[in-house]
Amino acid sequence: MVDITEHFLELVRLAATDLPPDVEISLTQALEREKTGSAARGALETILKNVEIARRDSTPICQDTGTPIFYVYYPEGWSTRRLRAQIESAVAKATQRTYLRPNSVDPLSGKNSGDNLGGNYFPTIHFEEVEGDTLTVDLMLKGGGCENVGAQYSLPNTALGAGRDLTGVRKVVLDAVHKAQGKGCAPGILGIAIGGDRGSSYLASKEVLFGKIAEDNSDPQLAELETRLTEEANQLGIGPMGFGGQTTVLGTKITSLNRLPASYFVSVSYMCWAYRRRRMIFKDGEVQYE
Amino acid sequence: MQELTIPINEETIRCLRVGDPVSLSGVMMTGRDTVHKWMVETFIYNTRQPQGDDLDVYEVIKPLLNGGVIYHCGPVVAGLETREHQFVAAGPTTSIREEPYQGDVMRHFNLRGVIGKGGMGPKTLAACQEVPGVYLHAIGGAASLIAQAVVKVVEVYKLEFGVPEAMWVIEVKDFPAVVTMDSHGGSLHAEIESKSRTVLEELLVIE
Ligand code: SF4
Repeated sequence: MVDITEHFLELVRLAATDLPPDVEISLTQALEREKTGSAARGALETILKNVEIARRDSTPICQDTGTPIFYVYYPEGWSTRRLRAQIESAVAKATQRTYLRPNSVDPLSGKNSGDNLGGNYFPTIHFEEVEGDTLTVDLMLKGGGCENVGAQYSLPNTALGAGRDLTGVRKVVLDAVHKAQGKGCAPGILGIAIGGDRGSSYLASKEVLFGKIAEDNSDPQLAELETRLTEEANQLGIGPMGFGGQTTVLGTKITSLNRLPASYFVSVSYMCWAYRRRRMIFKDGEVQYE
Repeated sequence: MQELTIPINEETIRCLRVGDPVSLSGVMMTGRDTVHKWMVETFIYNTRQPQGDDLDVYEVIKPLLNGGVIYHCGPVVAGLETREHQFVAAGPTTSIREEPYQGDVMRHFNLRGVIGKGGMGPKTLAACQEVPGVYLHAIGGAASLIAQAVVKVVEVYKLEFGVPEAMWVIEVKDFPAVVTMDSHGGSLHAEIESKSRTVLEELLVIE
């Protein structure tokens, strides 16, 4: 099997230092909606300037380079064991080159491993075999501040008057956005999963964040709910950094997965404006990044 | 934009109001979860015996923090092998985790400024009024930009806490932030929380 460690390293560098174009466009549009001289506009100006500097200097957009979450779609015949070893070696190198901050901490001893490795979950790597001969790797860097404001609800929720339907989903999501205030580095993007068990639900709420902000949901009901939630979350007026303002979230992405008759979970993954996700496509020895 | 020089005097602090943009210059120190816990347990509540170089570090940080500023930040640092440290990325981390400790730390060290993101609660707000001090909100995630305001890494203490958790003494020039909690009891965070709650309650009754 070929050694593509260097390509993985470039994927990590790109994700950490170069914000995807759709996110940057969305932030620019948000800036235009804020009043001149307001703290909200100032925050967005600083954010956009920072994005430029990070890209130019190849330095991390945000110092919290998060949990590196990889999704590897590999053709038949590739060794996932070797792929894991190459990804881990790329992550350690990226840490040495300061594209990543040492972020992997043993919860018992409190020790930071120093190289972003540690156990089977750091970095997180999902493998899935696919047809054809193209290797596709998606990478997301999910920071801690926004991860901490994520939430999971078990419906019905009496306090919020939320039943087991999309109206109930809408209510708990708005509650989560209110609770988050500016703490997840608003303006954020909401990844929402309806259904599943506690584990699969949270996982799906992150997977849905790999999609583009402007992409419409293929399910018309969910597409409508996405638009409505974005609008209503913005009515809350929390604004960039929680300074007050027009834009609290840049977008909402919803997915659903089968649940047990007894359970109805709604999981909200809050992604900060530093929405770092990149894709690498490897075919016939050629690599491409998106 | 108000220019602040560290150490900051009481008079200057009293002039600052919620919403004021500021630009800081001088020497400050980073400190987050491990540092706050360590300070409070070892030197303020005295529930833990000083160990290793604890007392030496305490003596050098005391004058630094008197009238000084603490920054909730876990930076990305280059030059770790050569000890020629340089900040590469240095945005703020979420401050509310320090809420149990911050007020006491401010009083103990006569700390005039706390920089972070997301704001803090009533205990810190009370300390801001007493000491007096202010909470300054940096732009979360603007790490490369803020790193450029760090002109020099002066020293690092307790590197064994890990790079993000160590105490980095840094010289900054034109570090941008916004006052979101002042010494007169004003808190932008409390204000936004309550306004957005009213809207939420209206939205929740719509079916
Ligand atoms: S929430 Fe995002 S932008 Fe904010 S500090 Fe964490 S990773 Fe950075």
